[in-house]
Amino acid sequence: MSDINLLQAVNLALDTAMGMDDTVLCFGEDVGHFGGVFRATSHLQEKYGRERCFNTPITEQGIVGFANGLAAQGMRPVAEIQFADYIFPAFDQIVTESAKFRYRSGNEFNVGGLTIRAPYGGGIGGGHYHSQSPEAFFTHVPGLKVVVPRNPEQAKGLLLAAIFDDDPVLFFEPKRLYRAASGDVPEGSDALPLGSAEVVRSGSDITLVAWGAQVQVLEQAADMAEQDGVSCEIIDLRTLLPWDRDTVADSVYRTGRLIINHEAPRTSGFGAEIAAAIQETCFLYLESPIMRVTGVDTPFPLALEKEYMPDHLKTYEAIKASLHY
Amino acid sequence: MTDQRKADAHIVHKPRFLSGHAMKIPTLRVLQQNGKVYKDADLPDIDETLALKIHDTFLFVRALDERMLASQRQGRISFYLTATGEEATDIGSAAALEPGDVILPQYREQGALAFRGFGVERFMNQIFGNERDLGKGRQMPIHYGCAELNYHTVGSALGTQIPQTTGVAHAMRAQGQPNCAICYFGEGAASEGDFHGGLNMASVLKVPALFFCRNNGYAISTPTHEQYAGDGIAARGVGYGMQTIRVDGNDVLAVLLATQQARRLAVEEHEPILIEAMTYRLGAHSSSDDPSAYRSRKEEDVWRRKDPVARFRHWLEAQGWWDEERENAARERHRNQVMAAMKAAEKVPAPPLHELFSDVYASPPWHIREQEENLTAHIRRYPDEYKKTAWRLGDE
Repeated sequence: MSDINLLQAVNLALDTAMGMDDTVLCFGEDVGHFGGVFRATSHLQEKYGRERCFNTPITEQGIVGFANGLAAQGMRPVAEIQFADYIFPAFDQIVTESAKFRYRSGNEFNVGGLTIRAPYGGGIGGGHYHSQSPEAFFTHVPGLKVVVPRNPEQAKGLLLAAIFDDDPVLFFEPKRLYRAASGDVPEGSDALPLGSAEVVRSGSDITLVAWGAQVQVLEQAADMAEQDGVSCEIIDLRTLLPWDRDTVADSVYRTGRLIINHEAPRTSGFGAEIAAAIQETCFLYLESPIMRVTGVDTPFPLALEKEYMPDHLKTYEAIKASLHY
Repeated sequence: MTDQRKADAHIVHKPRFLSGHAMKIPTLRVLQQNGKVYKDADLPDIDETLALKIHDTFLFVRALDERMLASQRQGRISFYLTATGEEATDIGSAAALEPGDVILPQYREQGALAFRGFGVERFMNQIFGNERDLGKGRQMPIHYGCAELNYHTVGSALGTQIPQTTGVAHAMRAQGQPNCAICYFGEGAASEGDFHGGLNMASVLKVPALFFCRNNGYAISTPTHEQYAGDGIAARGVGYGMQTIRVDGNDVLAVLLATQQARRLAVEEHEPILIEAMTYRLGAHSSSDDPSAYRSRKEEDVWRRKDPVARFRHWLEAQGWWDEERENAARERHRNQVMAAMKAAEKVPAPPLHELFSDVYASPPWHIREQEENLTAHIRRYPDEYKKTAWRLGDE
């Protein structure tokens, strides 16, 4: 399908999954007739009926608890949390229940069919509660998978993989790209692999790693650096848990330099895990310290959002600092 | 989409506040303490076979609880949790279900699991966390679970099973199964947000679920008047637009009757039902607390005289289905079986090291495989310090 946006790609993945498998159900706040506040579930109720795409009351812990029960009974629920900022009432159901269902029962029961979708991230003037990137809370939890797509093609392929994966998956969608990113998306039901990063631009001087909407930021910064004759390798991590250390390490063996970019605050962000693991793996190959370009350690701002964001300029400066260390 | 509130249906012109106690929900009781049925009472569907199975489960759970609490005191196990005094709630309700109905327990429903046929060996293997434990030694004693018996694995977190029950029941309806899901929880767990989320969703989505509250008077040390102010848990069901019933939880015939009728409504009408069973936790919350610190012996004695097992036994004897001799023989048999199973289970080794790492995911990702290799190598270096697992690591 040519030139569809990220939201349409999400909708297409849901439509494809529901068409393939009767056990796939979509639900959440305003998800039914209205099609979700962002319209990610548009027309799914019309097409598949109220039994398979429906509204729920406003209770995130109820929604995820309900989804855990469905998955334990052999269904493939796709629960929408309207904004990732509102996932915290469901934190207990995700961390205490979804993540441990298989382990604690000795594999008597599992909720592997579960997918939780949530729009995340800034760039839309949403302030504290419509902008956060909570992925690191969940990458700390054994038993979960955490996936973030960067564009429409990735969104469709990775969401299909998440829905049909046999472990519970948190799927964070970069909402500032919902309508801003468009591109060609393949027809059909092919999924992209989970747990596998992608080198989206090859280069030889420095490795840049990000996920979701920040991959675009890396591309902008790399374009600037290229004017200075610097060749950047860009990696989209795609899955944060379990993350693809080998692809990052293979790149850093060659470049000797690494910058990680994420929107979430710096302290205990997922960048810290990558930095620690790569220095363990690549210590003797490093030419400069691993650097992080991230949100600052404040709540997400409103008026000063542009200042907060780890943008291409901050990334460009970090590239120069790394090269001239 | 329409507004269906009927906002103009009943208009008044003077303010009138409804008391939080305006609704008085009655309690269903069929059986008197002396074993006689009230003369106008309805009876559940029950024959001799079912009645004797219920009583046998009572006696098994009494034997299990008595022995395992003693074992905890002797230091043989780390933790235990008795159901003494409230056995009629879970056993009476489980007796109303079909094997295909899914049970989502809190943690004090060993009676329901025993009724389903879990067997004393599996109880013991879980309690000792040995390599035969279905849960692979991953949880504290009493966290039983069994897929074959449709009994979800116990988790320690309170109330999380409540919205899950709504999901299980919704799946059953979607799959066209003629079954329901039943959820057990205490009156304390009903204060959790998951209770509200789960029951509200069940009512709105119309799922075949039974929400069974064991109101046993205490949440660890906290009495009910410090837990809620309304008319128990049942009053909330009405607020959710849910069919609701309160029963005497020490009257197994009342519990059975209410649950049989509730199950029929759930499965045939796709209606969720709230059942509140009024009972009393005669034992401590767990082996880790001492009730004498927060309640009187006198209060306990009042409830000891309402023993659900004795009440049912009187009825059984009046039917001519049971006598002293059979009672003594059954108690002896259960005591011996529990003791033998315990002695066998404590000799079974702990699960192998691999079970520390399995089942985190459907198949282990690289980082977990790497951590398993590293830990295995470390234990090989210090086999005497990690005796539980080192002996069977085998050769490299």
